[in-house]
Amino acid sequence: MIISIASGKGGVGKTFVSTNLALSIEEENVQFLDCDVEEPNAHIFLKPQIELIEPVNVLVPEVNENKCTYCNKCSEFCAYNAILVSPKKIVIFPELCHSCGGCSLVCTVNAIKEIPFKIGNIYKGKYQNIDLIYGELDVTRPLAVPIIKEVKKRIDKEKIVIVDCPPGASCPVIESVKGSDFVILVTEPTPFGLHDLKIAVDVISGLKIPFGVIINRSDIGNKDLWDFLERKNITLLLEIPFNRRIAEFYSNGIPVISYMPNLKEKFKILFEKIKMMVKK
Amino acid sequence: MKICLTSTGNNLESFLDPRFGRCNYFVIVDTDTMNFKAIKNDASEARSGAGVKAAQFVINEGVDVLITGDIGPNAKMSFESSNIKIITGIEGSIKEIIENFKKENI
Amino acid sequence: MKQVVILSGKGGTGKTSLAAAFAAIEKNCIVVDCDVDAPDLHILMKPKVIKTKDFYGLKLASIDKNKCVQCGSCINNCRFEAISDDYIVDPVSCEGCGVCSLVCPANAITYIDKKAGEIYISETKYGPMVHALLIPGEENSGKLVTMTRFSANMVAYEEKKDFIIIDGAPGIGCPVISSVSNTNFAIVITEPTESGLHDLKRVIELIDNFNSKPFVIINKFDINNEKTLEIKNYCESKNISVLGEIPFDIIFIKAMLEGANIIDYSPESEISLLIRKIWSKFKKLTEKN
Repeated sequence: MIISIASGKGGVGKTFVSTNLALSIEEENVQFLDCDVEEPNAHIFLKPQIELIEPVNVLVPEVNENKCTYCNKCSEFCAYNAILVSPKKIVIFPELCHSCGGCSLVCTVNAIKEIPFKIGNIYKGKYQNIDLIYGELDVTRPLAVPIIKEVKKRIDKEKIVIVDCPPGASCPVIESVKGSDFVILVTEPTPFGLHDLKIAVDVISGLKIPFGVIINRSDIGNKDLWDFLERKNITLLLEIPFNRRIAEFYSNGIPVISYMPNLKEKFKILFEKIKMMVKK
Repeated sequence: MKICLTSTGNNLESFLDPRFGRCNYFVIVDTDTMNFKAIKNDASEARSGAGVKAAQFVINEGVDVLITGDIGPNAKMSFESSNIKIITGIEGSIKEIIENFKKENI
Repeated sequence: MKQVVILSGKGGTGKTSLAAAFAAIEKNCIVVDCDVDAPDLHILMKPKVIKTKDFYGLKLASIDKNKCVQCGSCINNCRFEAISDDYIVDPVSCEGCGVCSLVCPANAITYIDKKAGEIYISETKYGPMVHALLIPGEENSGKLVTMTRFSANMVAYEEKKDFIIIDGAPGIGCPVISSVSNTNFAIVITEPTESGLHDLKRVIELIDNFNSKPFVIINKFDINNEKTLEIKNYCESKNISVLGEIPFDIIFIKAMLEGANIIDYSPESEISLLIRKIWSKFKKLTEKN
């Protein structure tokens, strides 16, 4: 079973929920994937022994200028403007390239070969019983999706898979939640939280994945969020009130669950609830 | 000499467009005859790599000089491979700039 | 004209509330919301939209069933696995590269423009604002950021504004890169948590690759004084000015719950005075740049 944890707005407690959920159901044989490859944080809480680091490469063109006739076909074809042909020189912009392979297909003299270009790493490790896999985009590389795809290739379907997603509502989020059996949307009861939740609900509904909502810092805001959930008939999975102790543990990178058995119990019940909802 | 200017409009009275990759028009002028053509910049709506696309256009036009406000890093890299002379930080109307250029004031 | 982008790496550190506050303090500015995935700045700025422009993202392959000979070339050559076995294009996966139509022997594939969002040019009580909305699930928010800033630059240019204040997106990927490129300054809002520091370092590394000068503000500094010290030491080692430290204050949340700009909501509060001090410090430090 694959459970993804997502949110429209950042900083509402995605990683808090996902890491503590994983730790609460440890005996279940859990695999944890951190797909927030721009700013992965789960490893701060699930301090893993890293067993394997693998580079993630994408393919970008390399032009053999001895064969090249400077005909300009590749540059004309490239939808991303990643190739420039000047009278006597080819310039490639790997960070603009989407690796579609079109340039080598249009080249009439076979001058283009595709070579690997590193954009990030995949880390594999273990924390207690949990298998942790996370991706990390190299700074200045714009494309997160190829790394998310690589992380997700490593899904072990035999396990309970928890996926920590990036914030937002665009392509990296879709790639992260694709194929999930259930999505937990985390939010807070503020105008920002509600506004961004609505966007996230649109995205997840569009993908036709069952989902429910966790309200974090449930006592800081107003009732609009509850009204919205009721109106839209969205399952409220759990409310977590603001607690200064939680904030302190969190700020020091300590998983809260080990110190708050109460919360652990709540996450266990949450997990059972999700299992039931998925079965339906 | 053939010079290319980034322009807000399609005639010599228009002002220099300070942006290179996403300028409205390119005005290409033959300084000997003062014949000119104005071409809408396709790159201004490019999804990515507008600077590269605009540079490819300017290179293909075979101009000697490019006059604009500012060019980005990708466009800069693109021109390094060509013999085109780049003049940046210029303001004013296209006509004015060409006259100044001919008087070798810029 | 100076362009300053407000970033955070980690989400939820107070980026938008501070961007709105700065926009209220700075008289001659235009404010731009570049968190196009989940824009929130309008909640505090209450803009009145004057002009709406459609935004077209990637082109999308479209297969003409009548011409298609079902040869499989497009499926085999698509690197994005965007064409199904029954020759249907998945609009989410298709990146509009053009390969399928190149290899199609029957000329059955064309590309269509797909509306992916909207850009708004608006008026607020503090001055002009440019913002955008990506249709949820659409991709290429980087380009939408670029086009949004492009519209903002035009307005700023016409109205001779001193500052363009840009509210950026969380993370370090394509929309963030589009927000930070060609700016003069980047103010990073962080919080004293392990995650906050981790993400701060990555976003600073990103800024270092552009010609933008970074500054840091530590928000909610008193939730963990040790981590605050760690952040300050890090900034010192990188020679980055910390513009200020803002305490955790419920008034921020109260203002946000009212959908109000903190500077209006409670103009004489310590927090508002502190934010004013931070902005003037920033202006003083950047006068010469």
